[in-house]
Amino acid sequence: MKPAPFAYIRPASIAEAVRILADGKGSARPLAGGQSLVPMLNLRLAPVERIVDLGGIAELRQTRDDGTSVRYGAMTIHAAFEDGEVPDASNGLMAHVAGRFAFRAVRNRGTIGGALALADPASDWLVTVVALEAKLHAVGPDGRRVIPAEKFVLGPYFTSLAEGELLEAIEVPKRPKTERWGYCKVTAKVGEYAESMALALVDRARGTARVALGATDGAPIVLPEAAASALRGEAAQSLRETIQRELVAAERDFSRAKLAMHATTVFRALRDAVSS
Amino acid sequence: MKIPISLVVNGATVEAQVEPRMHLGDFLREHLRLTATHLGCEHGVCGACTVLIDGRPARACITLAVTVNGAEIRTLEGLQGDALMETLKTAFHEKHGLQCGFCTPGMLVSAWDLLKRRPDIDEREVRVAMSGNLCRCTGYQGIVRSILAAADEAKTAESV
Repeated sequence: MKPAPFAYIRPASIAEAVRILADGKGSARPLAGGQSLVPMLNLRLAPVERIVDLGGIAELRQTRDDGTSVRYGAMTIHAAFEDGEVPDASNGLMAHVAGRFAFRAVRNRGTIGGALALADPASDWLVTVVALEAKLHAVGPDGRRVIPAEKFVLGPYFTSLAEGELLEAIEVPKRPKTERWGYCKVTAKVGEYAESMALALVDRARGTARVALGATDGAPIVLPEAAASALRGEAAQSLRETIQRELVAAERDFSRAKLAMHATTVFRALRDAVSS
Repeated sequence: MKIPISLVVNGATVEAQVEPRMHLGDFLREHLRLTATHLGCEHGVCGACTVLIDGRPARACITLAVTVNGAEIRTLEGLQGDALMETLKTAFHEKHGLQCGFCTPGMLVSAWDLLKRRPDIDEREVRVAMSGNLCRCTGYQGIVRSILAAADEAKTAESV
C-alpha cells in the first residue's frame, strides 16, 4: 500500500524541530530512520498530518567521547555501532547487539534514538540501554532533561517523552574493562523481533552484576537478585529458582510458557557473563 | 504539495518534484523508469526493493524519496559492468540462484554489498546475512550456492 498524503518539513536544527513540533498545527510526528514509521505509513496504521524529518539535523548524528561516558547522537544508525564507526563504551556489547537485529538494509537507515522513542517492547536497544545504565537526553519546548534508561519506558510504545519532546542523545557510561557480558536472544527466525532477550553484565573483580530482560509486555525488567545470585556463583538450579521467583514477583502478565522462556534467556545471559 | 528534490541516480543528477508520501521505490520505477528495483511487500519485509543509498543497501519501499534529497542512489542498473556484480550474475545463472526472478535484483544488491564487506564469508554467515531477502521459488539453496561461488570466483580473480 501507499501512504495517505501528509505534509513534510525538514528542519535544520534541533531548536527548529522542537518549535515545529510544538506549534500545534495538526498531528506531527518526528521521522528518524523511518524503518518502523514508514512501514506504518505505507500500511496506513499511523495517521499523520505532518512528518518532521530529523535527517537534516547534523547535531543528532554526532557522537562524543566524554572520557567517562560516550554520548551517541540519537540519529546514529545501527550499522555505525555494528561496524565500530562510533566509539564503544560497552566492551563490544553494543556492536554485538547492533549486528543481530533486523537486516543490514534496515540497520543502515534505522537509528538508536528512533528505536528507543518508538519503544516497541521487543526493541533490542531498549533492553540494552537499561542493562548499560544509559542516560537518555531529551529536548523539548521546556528545555533539556536527562532520563535514566530504566525510567524511560512506561509501557508498550509508551515512553516518558512528553508531547513534542525529542530524544537528542544516548549517553552510555564506559563500562569497566573487567566487566564481562552475556547475551541471549530468542527469535522465531533471523531478523525477527525478539521473543525474549536478556543481557547480563558481571564484573567479578569489582563484585558487581546486573541483568536486564527485554521483549516483555512493557518496560525491560531488571533482576538484581538473580544478578547477585549469579555473582555469588550459586548452582544452576538455585540460580534458575531465583530468576523464576524474581520474574513472578515483577507481576507481569506472562503465560507459563513465556515465563519459562524469559527465565531461560536470563539464565543463559548470566551464565555466559559469569563464565566468559 | 510537491517538494523539489535533487539526487544522483546511477551517476546522473536527477531533479524532480515529488509528493512527500512517494517512496523511493516508486520514484525509481515510475519517475525514472528504472524497473530493476522490484516492489514486493512495500513494508520493508521482502527485500526485493533493496538499492544502495550513499553506498549502503537500504529498502527503497520504506525510504521516502524526499528524505534522500542530495543522496547518491545506485540501483541494479547502475551496477551493470561492475566486476563483482557480473560475477554474481553469472553465479546466479549457473547455480540456480533464481527461478521467477522477482527477488533477484534485491538478492544481487544485498549479496554485492555483503561480499564487498566480507569477502571471506562462509555458508552460515551468508544465510544469516541474506535473511532479509525473501525468495519463494528456490528454497534458498541455489542462492546460497551462487553467492558462495561468486565469493570464490571473486577471490580467485583478485589473486590472479
